[in-house]
Amino acid sequence: MSVPIPSPQHRSWYEAGARQRIQALSDPGSFVEFIGPERREQSPHLPLFDLPRQFDDGIAVGAARIAGSSVLIAAQEGRFMGGAFGEVHGAKLTGLLRAATALKRDVVIAFDTGGVRLQEANAGELAIAEIMRALIEARQAGVRIVGLLGGRAGCYGGGSLIAGCCSTLVISEQGRLSVTGPEVIETNKGVEEFDSRDRALVWRTMGGKHRYLIGGVDAYVDDDAGAFRDATVAALARPARFDADAIEAEQKRLEHRLDRLGTRHDGRDVWTALGIADADAIPDMPTDRFLAEAANHRESADAAR
Amino acid sequence: MLLDDILASLFGSDHGVGREAGILAGRATLADGTALHVMGFVGGTELGIDQAITLAGLVLGIARSEDGAPILFLVDSSSQRMARRDELLGLSEYLAHLAKALLLAEQAGHRTIGLLYGGSAAGAFIATALACHTLVALPGAHPEVMDLPSMARVTKLPLSTLQQKAEATPVFAPGLDNLAQTGAITEVWDPEQSLGAQLMAMLETPVTGDVRGRLGKERGGRPKAADIAAEVTALAIAHG
Amino acid sequence: METLRFDLDAPKAAGGTRTLALVGVVASGNLEVLIERGGPAERCIIEVATAAHGFKALWDAVTADFVSRRAAGGLRISINDGGARPDTVSLRLAQGVRLIEEPEE
Repeated sequence: MSVPIPSPQHRSWYEAGARQRIQALSDPGSFVEFIGPERREQSPHLPLFDLPRQFDDGIAVGAARIAGSSVLIAAQEGRFMGGAFGEVHGAKLTGLLRAATALKRDVVIAFDTGGVRLQEANAGELAIAEIMRALIEARQAGVRIVGLLGGRAGCYGGGSLIAGCCSTLVISEQGRLSVTGPEVIETNKGVEEFDSRDRALVWRTMGGKHRYLIGGVDAYVDDDAGAFRDATVAALARPARFDADAIEAEQKRLEHRLDRLGTRHDGRDVWTALGIADADAIPDMPTDRFLAEAANHRESADAAR
Repeated sequence: MLLDDILASLFGSDHGVGREAGILAGRATLADGTALHVMGFVGGTELGIDQAITLAGLVLGIARSEDGAPILFLVDSSSQRMARRDELLGLSEYLAHLAKALLLAEQAGHRTIGLLYGGSAAGAFIATALACHTLVALPGAHPEVMDLPSMARVTKLPLSTLQQKAEATPVFAPGLDNLAQTGAITEVWDPEQSLGAQLMAMLETPVTGDVRGRLGKERGGRPKAADIAAEVTALAIAHG
Repeated sequence: METLRFDLDAPKAAGGTRTLALVGVVASGNLEVLIERGGPAERCIIEVATAAHGFKALWDAVTADFVSRRAAGGLRISINDGGARPDTVSLRLAQGVRLIEEPEE
């Protein structure tokens, strides 16, 4: 069974909690949670820092059906410790991905993470590595791993590396995907390099529209739970392929990106280089027009991720 | 240990490992005739998109080669490059790609052994050292997720508080001992003994699944991870 | 962390048949409330983990008010507090009970 929670007030993916996202994706009543909050498998490390814990350590994992297909599913709670990976949190996802190989079962991961939880940094870092290994092994077994990006914590740090191992990535405008966050770039290299308070700059550099245009993700959707579900269903129908050819194709794709775009300094310049006539119009462009524009100009990562 | 001394202790004077712009590449042979591919970092290099694509290209070349030779990945890096250009152009994809290449090479029969002899931090650590099947280290290596002063700034805790808490647990602070206790480092090698002999002994051991959770539990650094992961796997399989 | 435990008189049994409900999230100014059925009948047990020390009197008041207003007999309630104000605590407790009383599908 799965612990009942209040129904979502509205359909925004950004505003939704972890279990609300799972409910929005899953066929009604199909979600079964593994090691749910009633098990109270909390962080063994947060009490040292006098920090409150969450009964599920900030992630819900389990099995569900989506449009009739059985999947394994995970959703991070971005509002708890910024969705960051701790020992238990990470281990739940590691275990789920190992089951995916055993069962040859596709996986859907709703990311919402600032990266590794500093209070448990070494455990979090190891979890990322273990997750990536388990994920790649699952893909080698023919499993599809669909990553959904659109939560308030973004998808940063080790989370972004895990995302980079997924077979398909879906993002909304609110989604951000980056290894280092804006504030840390600024701290390390100065405000001239990156003004972290310039929100438009942040989104041009690491936001959903930019990532979609350069082929960093595969699908772009509205901030709507139904849109994420539809994109997930579509992603689960894509061919599952992870082999030497796919990685060689990715090598070429990423080399080509450097050749084509490597001297561009700003997202705006990148979009212009891609052939978009009015790059300044992209941030405010509504979804339909943006997708039409993108269809003509974006870089694709099909069969090369 | 300095890189030249490490290479000499591994291979004697006869090796073909070159270096350029902080990246190592080449081949070498151990005393028992085992041929190896050698690659990695020297000089605390940052791992940006340019380094990542170069390293991945080297790895994919090895993966294509079908020679079954192990890869020794030497690590003395800093962290991932924290710059606008690298993030703009999708650093997360480049780092993930490098990790995938290493895993692919391993699957293609090239056992991957990371040897941490200097620094390694954050995203660079994950995409290189931690993407190898086995990670060993030399004393004096200094792996970290984040240095304590930066952690103090981000967590808004005094540095002295973090230092004090670091004495109570290996789970967050930088350092070889802490990363060994949590299961990241399988062995710390003895610089006084032949590194070549220690590598040959390691290559004799069977290739296993991911044992780092078990190591973390045995050594006390990660008391919960192995059991939680195993239980989720079992529950998922039982659910069917 | 401070842990508090309240074992309160709750003569009227909580409605419904669900055995489990969860509301809230552990974020600043918020809390999570896990409600389980199967505690002693006519009692309501509430356990609180909080980083804010010294507020037992407030928790006393909020939990006493809760059992005086809602049928909570037989419930075990576990709270992880992220520094929530009393009115937020009351809200989550009420939401939690409403949820556990919801008819099962």
